[in-house]
Amino acid sequence: MNVIEVNGLSKAYKGFQLKDISFRIESGYITGLIGQNGAGKSTLIRLLLQLIRPDRGEIKLFGLDPSMHEKEIKERIGFVLDESHFYEHLTAMEMKRVTAPFYKRWNEASFLQYMDRFELPLRKKIKEYSKGMKMKLSLAFALSHEAELLILDEPTAGLDPVVRREVIDLLQEFIQDEGRSVLLSTHITTDLDAVADYILFLQRGQLIFHHSMEEIQETYSIVRGGTMHIAEAKRRFIGCRETSIGFEGLAKNAAELTRVLPGANVSPATLEDIMYYTARGGARHGQSIG
Amino acid sequence: MRIIINTASGDPIYQQITDQIKQQVWDGTLHPGDSLPSIRQLAKDLRVSVITTKRAYEDLEREGFIVSQVGRGTYIADRNPEDLAESKLTHMLRRIDELVKEARTLRIPPEQLAEMVAQRYRKDEN
Repeated sequence: MNVIEVNGLSKAYKGFQLKDISFRIESGYITGLIGQNGAGKSTLIRLLLQLIRPDRGEIKLFGLDPSMHEKEIKERIGFVLDESHFYEHLTAMEMKRVTAPFYKRWNEASFLQYMDRFELPLRKKIKEYSKGMKMKLSLAFALSHEAELLILDEPTAGLDPVVRREVIDLLQEFIQDEGRSVLLSTHITTDLDAVADYILFLQRGQLIFHHSMEEIQETYSIVRGGTMHIAEAKRRFIGCRETSIGFEGLAKNAAELTRVLPGANVSPATLEDIMYYTARGGARHGQSIG
Repeated sequence: MRIIINTASGDPIYQQITDQIKQQVWDGTLHPGDSLPSIRQLAKDLRVSVITTKRAYEDLEREGFIVSQVGRGTYIADRNPEDLAESKLTHMLRRIDELVKEARTLRIPPEQLAEMVAQRYRKDEN
């Protein structure tokens, strides 16, 4: 089943445009939404959550039109946005009393369990929480109403590595049930290298690709070589960095390349490599799925 | 069962999983009927994506090493010893292919490669 389906989605602001985005996300997986600051990640997430309206295109969540089934859909989604949306002068317990009635399937036991697990004080004012604590509190809310889809905007930004790992572990735990899915945006791509199943890559408002991690690992490589092959390399790379002693670049189908660039060294590309060299090269990557 | 993932190695992770499970079937660490963690559990335990463990299990199932059954989960397949010996041989031949390929790029003739193999063999025996 497709948990998210987006067709020809466009949204323009002054100086920014999300252009004709289409993709489908199958239930049961973790999808990472990556891109530089200003690439359109938050705009896309806000469109999915119906916080803003698209100029063109359509969105379906759980196969339903969100403008017709807004309440039902909101029940089935847990979300975390990059800025805190709490009443900061309240304690976590008071905030819970305000929030819980919005959800038919609010699970009090689950909420208290997460609060305990995250070591969050129930009776402390939220404004006294650290950034990491606020993030964990957002997650405790998002995870305590039997949501089937988690939509998280930069959930790991500004968190220390220990908390970041905890958050990622939590997402893997969440999808133990294959009826559940996660979409999270991040520019800390190392969080995704290990656990993401699919990647949506946005750049300047355009969808560069929607691939499984497997396809990405099979398709992209970092190729390094000496100065004598620079000219040849530049023609064939998505992006390339030249130095006085040689080059390093992002390439597709490295096996072919090594025939034209004898002696070149090939290693797997990380998501960060792909983002960096795509931003430098500005090249299109070809066909995407969805 | 024991699986160790090395992200620095160039080998794809799904292959590291299948290789290690096969190895443990061959050396008798895993027996027919032994149950394996679910795709999702294994992904979580190894901190890899679900797609990765799914692909590993699909490959293992296609090659007859494991069986997945609704309700019973995933377990090591019951195979006759000849089948197992054959799969072991195929695996070895594939590794020999890699060796031959490397020898070719280094321009090592077959006789020399055979002698190198024989030498290692004798060294291990002593």
